[in-house]
Amino acid sequence: MAQLPEDGRPIFVQIAEKIEDDILEGRLMEESQVPSTNQFASFYRINPATAAKGVNQLVDQGILYKKRGIGMFVTEGAQEIVKQKRRELFYEQYVVTMIQEAKKLGITIEQLTEMIQERG
Amino acid sequence: MGQILEINGLTKAYKDVTSIYQMSFTLKENKIYGLLGRNGAGKTTLMHMITAQLFPTCGDVKVFGEEPYENTRVLQQICFIKESQAYPEYFQISDVFATAKSIYPNWNDGLANQLTQDFQLPLNRRIKELSRGMLSSVGIVVGLASRAPLTIFDEPYLGLDAVARGIFYDRLIEDYAEYPRTVILSTHLIDEVSQLLEHVLIIERGELLFYEDAESLRSRIYSVSGSSEVVETYMKGKEVIHVEKIGSLVTVTLLGKKEENNKKQAESLGLEYVPISLQKFVVDLTTKSREKVVKGQ
Repeated sequence: MAQLPEDGRPIFVQIAEKIEDDILEGRLMEESQVPSTNQFASFYRINPATAAKGVNQLVDQGILYKKRGIGMFVTEGAQEIVKQKRRELFYEQYVVTMIQEAKKLGITIEQLTEMIQERG
Repeated sequence: MGQILEINGLTKAYKDVTSIYQMSFTLKENKIYGLLGRNGAGKTTLMHMITAQLFPTCGDVKVFGEEPYENTRVLQQICFIKESQAYPEYFQISDVFATAKSIYPNWNDGLANQLTQDFQLPLNRRIKELSRGMLSSVGIVVGLASRAPLTIFDEPYLGLDAVARGIFYDRLIEDYAEYPRTVILSTHLIDEVSQLLEHVLIIERGELLFYEDAESLRSRIYSVSGSSEVVETYMKGKEVIHVEKIGSLVTVTLLGKKEENNKKQAESLGLEYVPISLQKFVVDLTTKSREKVVKGQ
């Protein structure tokens, strides 16, 4: 059992993201079977309809596909689709917020660039 | 999808108090509903009328399209587990299960056995010798193993610790996923169940205040904090649920509209935006706003 955080985002979005993370980090390989929506529901202790909504969102985006009577599988090329999708979000989610916070703290863009270079 | 419960203008009035006033709603097949509200809000009265244990003063209740009163066909499809369920004292746990099996056509022995093991229930112990927690567990076994098309749990957990409640939630989800049915969960432990619910009904003083998709309601409830002037500007034209003041800092709980980007708007004014839990929302909704005075300021 795992608990999803109460962060104001819809639960089905959080479920879809968890599955995407597993694909990105190689825990779920392309063409391998993913747990059923009922298994997701039990694992995260959420309503099965919500779990299905999250999974179906990934089906719509071509990340997962259904094999009739067998279950749900990771599409070939899914990792690339997820990467592309996340890259588009990366700027809004991380870069913009980082610059905002830096400004509040009086950190200049030069200092910020320096920090990134040191770390990278 | 079929409706399994239809309530119309339902009212229950006693001599000096009205516990349910003009309530109307319908419940659909195979969904999990949360019935939320404070003690005395009318939840138990409502459930007693749905299960034909109490006559309404006026209005009507239809379960599976029929009146439930003295209607075996309907009643054997409803399983109602109450906070303090009374079983005959001389019964052994196994007698309770045998009785339930004879009442509910969908009763499943396999599930009952599994749950008996999960809760470590001694089948041949008499009811009067059971602890409060064990009695609650017996109710949960009956509620789940009966697989009744309408299953109602009214605060089923008196005396159950977090581990036992966890078992209840896990088994409920597993069994519901495989054998869908309509479930009504009435509880104060909203944080524990909020992610299980598909719809929520919030009742206060005998009236139905909210009946909404759980996910949609969750996305609309939030709070903002900041200095009172800015918060007041922000609050204009918005549905404010609760206001709390600590010195010059104000925190308000709000109910937004679905399409609005409340977060961006709040943050552009320099206010702190925090999504809140369903439990906090229900508490705020049913508490009068109060001003907190912090001494020494």
